[in-house]
Amino acid sequence: MTTVIAQEGASPVGPRPLETVARIASEVARVHADAVDREGRFPAEAIEALKRARLLGVLVPASLGGPGLGLDEVAAMCEALAHHCASTAMIFAMHHIQVACLVRHGQSSPLLRAYLTELNERQALIASVTSEVGVGGEMRASVTCVEQRDGRFTLDKDATTISYGEHADDLLATARRAPDAPRSDQVAVLLRKGDFTLERTSAWDTLGMRGTCSPGAKVRSSGPAEQVLPVPFADIASQTMVPVSHVLWSSVWLGIAAGAVGRARAFVRQQARAKPGTTPPTAVRLAEVHNQLQTLRASVHEVSSDAGRRMAAGDPEALSSIGFSLKMNNLKVSASQLVVDIVHRALLICGIQGYKNDSPFSLGRHLRDAHSAALMIGNDRILATNASLLLVLKDE
Amino acid sequence: MTEAIRNILKEHGRLSVDISTLTDAADLYQAGMTSHASVNVMLALEANFEIEFPDKFLRRSVFSSVSAISEAVDEIRAAR
Ligand SMILES: Cc1cc2nc3c(=O)[nH]c(=O)nc-3n(C[C@H](O)[C@H](O)[C@H](O)COP(=O)(O)OP(=O)(O)OC[C@H]3O[C@@H](n4cnc5c(N)ncnc54)[C@H](O)[C@@H]3O)c2cc1C
Repeated sequence: MTTVIAQEGASPVGPRPLETVARIASEVARVHADAVDREGRFPAEAIEALKRARLLGVLVPASLGGPGLGLDEVAAMCEALAHHCASTAMIFAMHHIQVACLVRHGQSSPLLRAYLTELNERQALIASVTSEVGVGGEMRASVTCVEQRDGRFTLDKDATTISYGEHADDLLATARRAPDAPRSDQVAVLLRKGDFTLERTSAWDTLGMRGTCSPGAKVRSSGPAEQVLPVPFADIASQTMVPVSHVLWSSVWLGIAAGAVGRARAFVRQQARAKPGTTPPTAVRLAEVHNQLQTLRASVHEVSSDAGRRMAAGDPEALSSIGFSLKMNNLKVSASQLVVDIVHRALLICGIQGYKNDSPFSLGRHLRDAHSAALMIGNDRILATNASLLLVLKDE
Repeated sequence: MTEAIRNILKEHGRLSVDISTLTDAADLYQAGMTSHASVNVMLALEANFEIEFPDKFLRRSVFSSVSAISEAVDEIRAAR
C-alpha cells in the first residue's frame, strides 16, 4: 500500500520539516489569513499545503511508517504557523493533540496501529469532540455513553464546539464507558469518516479564531468496537491530552505574540527610516514588549522540552505527577494572559495603523485571536484545579 | 482500617453508588469518584490516620479501590 501511494506522488516528509512549515506559513497561510478571518472560512489552502508536505503524520512512530518527530518539533511548527495565521496553527495543533493520544494510548490495538499507519499515508485530519451540551468546558465528564454490542459501538453526542469538524476526515470523541457508568468514567472513541454524521446545531461567528470553524453539532456514529481506545480516558487526558494541548496551544499563542511584535518592529523601523539619526520614542516600547516576548518564549520552550523529554522516556508516572500537572497548567494560564498583553502593547506601538483593519500593521486579528486563549478551558477552571493540587503537593 | 476508609469514602468520595454495595477490590473511579474527590479523600485519610501521603503515592492507582488505599496507608505507616 505504501508503495502504491508513493508512486502516486506522495513524498516522505522532507529533511527539514520545520523549514517547510515556515515556508508554508509565509507563502500560503499568510496570503490567505485575512480572507480566512473575514469570511470565517476553513484555511483550506494552508491545510492542503501541509498535507502535501506530509506534515499531518509527523508524530506517527517509525515502527508504524511515520517520521516519529518529537513534541517540541511539532510545537515549533505550531509557533511558525501562528506567526501568520493563528487559525491554521490551532487546527494543526488540535490535529496533533489527537494523533498524540492515539500514538501513546492506542498501540496495544492492532486496528488502531493500522489506523495510524494509514493516517500518515493518507494524511488524514482528525478533530476533537470532548465538549458536550450539559458539561460545558469540563473535559473530564460526559453525559452521553458509548454502547457496545456484537463487536460494534454506537455513539451519539450533542457537542457544543467541534473545530473543523466538517472538514475533518475522522473524529476522536469522549463518552461515558457504558450506559451505567458515571459521568467521570470515560473512554475515547475514534470515529471514522463515513461512519458518522454531523448535524450543525449552532454557528461559529466569533471574535477570533474564526478560521477554526468550530460550531456545535450533533454527532451520530457507529463502528467496530476496537475503535474504543483500550485505556481509560482519565489516563489519556492526564498523561497526554492535557500536557500536549497546553504545550501546543501555548506554542500557537507564542506565535501570535511573535507575529504581533514582528509588526510592531516593522512599524518602528519605518518610523526610524522617516527620520534618520533619531531613535523614535516607540523604540523603547518595542524594547519592553520584546523583553516580554522573550519571557513567554523561554517559558513555552522550557515546558515543551520538559514535556517532550517525559513523553520520550515513556514513563507514565513522570507525566501524571502533581508537580508536572501544575507546571503544565501554569504554562497555559500564563501564556494565555501574556499573549493578550503582548499583542496589546504591540497595538499601542503601531497606534492607529495597528487599529485599522486595512493597514499592513493591523493587529485586530491578532488581538481577537489572542483573546480565545483564556477561554479555551477557562483559566478559572484551571486555577481551581491547581488550587486543589496545591493542597496535596508536598515538595516542589 | 477498611471500615475507616469506607467511612471517609462515604463522606468525601462523592460516589454515585452506596459504598456498602462495593467490594474492597471494586474500582472507585468506575463508581464515580473524580480526581477532585480523590483530593478530599486523601486529605481526610491524612487527618484520620495522622499520616502524609508522599508525592510518589499521589497516583490514580493508589486511590482506585478500598484495598489499594488500605495497602498504601499500611505502607506509609510502616515507613515512619
Ligand atoms: C478556538 C476554540 C476552539 C475549540 N475547539 C474545540 C474542539 O475542537 N472540540 C471541543 O470539544 N471543544 C473545543 N473548544 C471548546 C473548549 O474546549 C471548551 O469546552 C470551551 O471553551 C469552554 O466553554 P465555556 O467557556 O462555555 O464553559 P466553562 O468552561 O464552563 O466556563 C464558563 C465560565 O465558568 C468559569 N468556570 C468553569 N468552571 C470553573 C471552576 N471549576 N472554577 C472556577 N470557574 C469556573 C470559567 O472560567 C468561565 O468563566 C474550543 C474552544 C475554542 C475557544
